[in-house]
Amino acid sequence: MTGERATSSAGQKPVLVVEDLQVVYETPAGPAKAVDHVSFSLRPGERLGLIGESGSGKTTIATALMRLTRAPGRIVGGKILLDGADVMQMTPTQLRASRLKDIALMPQGAMSSLNPVMQLEGQIIDAIVAHSPKMSRAALDARVDALLAQVGLNPEVRRRYPHELSGGMKQRAVMAIATSMQPKVIVADEPTSALDVVVQRQVMQTLGRLQGGLGAAVVLIGHDMGLIAQFADIVGVMYAGKLVEIGPVSQVIDAPRHPYTRLLIDSLPRIDIKKPLTGIRGLPPHLIDLPPGCGFGPRCPYAFDRCSLETPSMQDVAPAQKAACHLYPRNKSLPPLSARAERAQA
Amino acid sequence: MNRFFAAIERNWKQGRVSGPLIGGLAILFVILLVSLIGPFFVDPHNAQVGALAPRRPPSAQFLLGTDAQGRDLWTLLVYGTPNTLKMGLIAGIIGVGVGLTLGLIAGAVGGVVDAVIRILSDALLTVPAIAILVIIAGNVDRMTTGIMALVVASLAWMFTARTVRAQVLTIRERSYVEVARVNGQSALSILFAEIMPNLLPYIVASFVGTVGSAILAVIGLEALGLGALEETTLGNTIYWSQQSAAVLRGYWWWWGPPIVVIAAIFLGLFLTSVGFDRFANPRLAGRS
Amino acid sequence: MSALIELRGVTKKYGAFTALDNLTFSLSGSPPSITAVAGESGSGKTTFARIVLGFIPPSSGQVFYLGKDIARLSAAERQQFRREVQPIFQDPFDVFNPFYRVDHVLTVPVRRFRLADSEAAGQRLIEDALSRVGLRPKDTLGRFPHELSGGQRQRIMVARAVLTRPKLIMADEPVSMVDASLRATILDELSALTRDLGISIVYITHDLTTAYQICENILILYQGCVAEAGSVDRVIRDPKHPYTRLLVSSIPMPDRTRIWGGEELKVPEASAGRLANGCRFAPRCPFVLEECWSDPPPKFQLDADRIATCFLHKKSPISPDADVAGAFAASPTIVNGPPTRAQQ
Repeated sequence: MTGERATSSAGQKPVLVVEDLQVVYETPAGPAKAVDHVSFSLRPGERLGLIGESGSGKTTIATALMRLTRAPGRIVGGKILLDGADVMQMTPTQLRASRLKDIALMPQGAMSSLNPVMQLEGQIIDAIVAHSPKMSRAALDARVDALLAQVGLNPEVRRRYPHELSGGMKQRAVMAIATSMQPKVIVADEPTSALDVVVQRQVMQTLGRLQGGLGAAVVLIGHDMGLIAQFADIVGVMYAGKLVEIGPVSQVIDAPRHPYTRLLIDSLPRIDIKKPLTGIRGLPPHLIDLPPGCGFGPRCPYAFDRCSLETPSMQDVAPAQKAACHLYPRNKSLPPLSARAERAQA
Repeated sequence: MNRFFAAIERNWKQGRVSGPLIGGLAILFVILLVSLIGPFFVDPHNAQVGALAPRRPPSAQFLLGTDAQGRDLWTLLVYGTPNTLKMGLIAGIIGVGVGLTLGLIAGAVGGVVDAVIRILSDALLTVPAIAILVIIAGNVDRMTTGIMALVVASLAWMFTARTVRAQVLTIRERSYVEVARVNGQSALSILFAEIMPNLLPYIVASFVGTVGSAILAVIGLEALGLGALEETTLGNTIYWSQQSAAVLRGYWWWWGPPIVVIAAIFLGLFLTSVGFDRFANPRLAGRS
Repeated sequence: MSALIELRGVTKKYGAFTALDNLTFSLSGSPPSITAVAGESGSGKTTFARIVLGFIPPSSGQVFYLGKDIARLSAAERQQFRREVQPIFQDPFDVFNPFYRVDHVLTVPVRRFRLADSEAAGQRLIEDALSRVGLRPKDTLGRFPHELSGGQRQRIMVARAVLTRPKLIMADEPVSMVDASLRATILDELSALTRDLGISIVYITHDLTTAYQICENILILYQGCVAEAGSVDRVIRDPKHPYTRLLVSSIPMPDRTRIWGGEELKVPEASAGRLANGCRFAPRCPFVLEECWSDPPPKFQLDADRIATCFLHKKSPISPDADVAGAFAASPTIVNGPPTRAQQ
């Protein structure tokens, strides 16, 4: 029993297609490729987990999906298709209408960006009214109650201010706002990073339940492989602005094909055995001064001469799994790390 | 000298020394220069009543013309600007100095001391300086720039005190203050070495604001004729020009130049304050 | 041999709210060890750290450092206490004064504690400390905090803590705000401090997996009380207190065969009202008994190296030791670090 979630999404048309997305940050020192030719697609009901460390570009993708990229960032290329509609071609009015209604974003640190001087119900109503201005007060109230119930919050919470709520409650309130217009895609950027492990589980279970009820697709962005493994169906690994591996989550975890994925999984502490702690030596590259060839090359224990000359592109390495690495298609899977390379990692 | 320029260049590259800062300082520097060196190049007699032919527009000999009382405008400016600046600076320095001290004490000590300082500053904030000055002017035999400066100063410290106090309360809670404690720093050293440097932008902004509003208060008074009429100041010049209906009679060289100088002073102060924030806060420096 | 740190009946109340409830705990400095103090927010673990560091006074009870009450230290003893007990804070950004370069946080203690005779010696000391945490002085010194990454900043903080050669480091969530791949490295460096420099570490965290990896013993706090304590092998791999079991089962592991715990969770907000007398966990406990609501559970000794404060185990003997650390494993097993060069 591998614990795969049964989804009814197989065979359906994708609700979110991202093709060759490129986002650049203009800095005084030069342009930084925050998102470099990233492509993925999601069917309704599917859960994608984007994992990466700080600077990998995952939050940039989250804001780019709704064209909320702020200066000095700029989307410079690629296509985003939301249920068939081309987001890049939308007019500002269409864009505003589609935000929250078709695609909802729970930004990083959302729970601390709840308006501190407004009661919860006011904030939820604000969101709804922006899309359905003609709703009656009674209908709005009923909707707020329904939304709060859906995320497991007591309806009496509606009159509270954010500072009167715990972290988990705030995050669920944010979820209520995000799902108020029943979007087709929910993008959650580090929704639980400030929460304790028990509350985290509750919040994620709530998200899963909500998403199941709506039949929506979820893009979960985080840095916790364990969390993504437990929640997502597909995992995409980001490094230095590029997607380096993507595939079904248990497949990728059991047999990672990209060296970075493998090292990342290896560095996770476990509670079944004590093992020597291994991190990944070196630092992620500066996005402005990317080394030629593969961005991970300088830190990669498998690197060979081609790696510093040519940037690898995504290729199929296993059924439904892709990785961007020069080791393929020569190899079927990652060769075992030589003993010397293992020690060098420590 | 080379090291100084090298430091400037390095800070420029980092974005800490920026256009506004250099521009603002340059304007103030020019004004100061004229104030300090100007008197050596002009004849003080030209600023006295009846020295020259009156109401003359600008000419090659008298660059800014003369006023209705036969005073050379350029000389008036050269002597008037430093006097006005002096009042503003005295009020600014005393006001910010007192405000900084009281604000630091209130924020760092807390308790009853804090309450007293706070109530005092809140009460005085509501008092309009001009009203006090009018009352004093009416009761003083001979008003001088010194008295004006002191009165304005006594009502200029509250804003700084409140701002500094609020900042001290915030900064006290920051983790780096705790780190300073475990690094063995004494409470006083923490106040001056850790907290104060982060107050610099507020102090500079307060100083700009205080000097600016002091100059305004003083000029306002002088324009009403309640200033130290025997002394040469920018405000008095404006007063005399009003008395002679200079606007109606088209003597633009009389009321114009003082206003330009006043505007330049404010512009210089403002740009310096904006630019200084970038200098004091290296994080802001990176942005264009 | 007096313990390094000893808390006797320490309670901390903020008005009606009890942050820490009658904690008696001692830490022996020899052999040097790494001990975890774990709990969620509201458990009292941060309060515990601040009390040990002397930042806040306990409402009742005393804290002893090497046998001396830290509330009654002379100036010289205080100076020694500050030297020998150092913290590492959680947020790698807020700990740096943005006005200064990062060197400031390293040069100040050298000066204040007179750690070196000359400026050159001080500089060497700083560079040595930086290398110990895997940083290159060339790349680090002279920079402003915002120019460095979170991981680098946190490592500088570790270097700072080590400069004075303390006996005890209180590490409050040292890696929770650091990237996953760097966490292991920094934690490994912390273990090395214990192994090579003999510094004992109290690792305060909510992350049981990292606690399991680097600590020998662990103390689980729930709303100011000790829920369970003992060796990590007992407490984490075979938890007996319902709260510990809840915590451990809520850890998301990358292994999909271990789905997040099956039992349905009681919402934490339900326990907003704290009970005056009974077990704090009663409102949320799936195994709650009659007595849990009225009496505070005593410490039951379930194994030689584990206690749990839970009436489920009332058949077990009550621990004779008021000191929670009595349950700790006697001889710590040092985690096997990566093989050193010599061992290759």
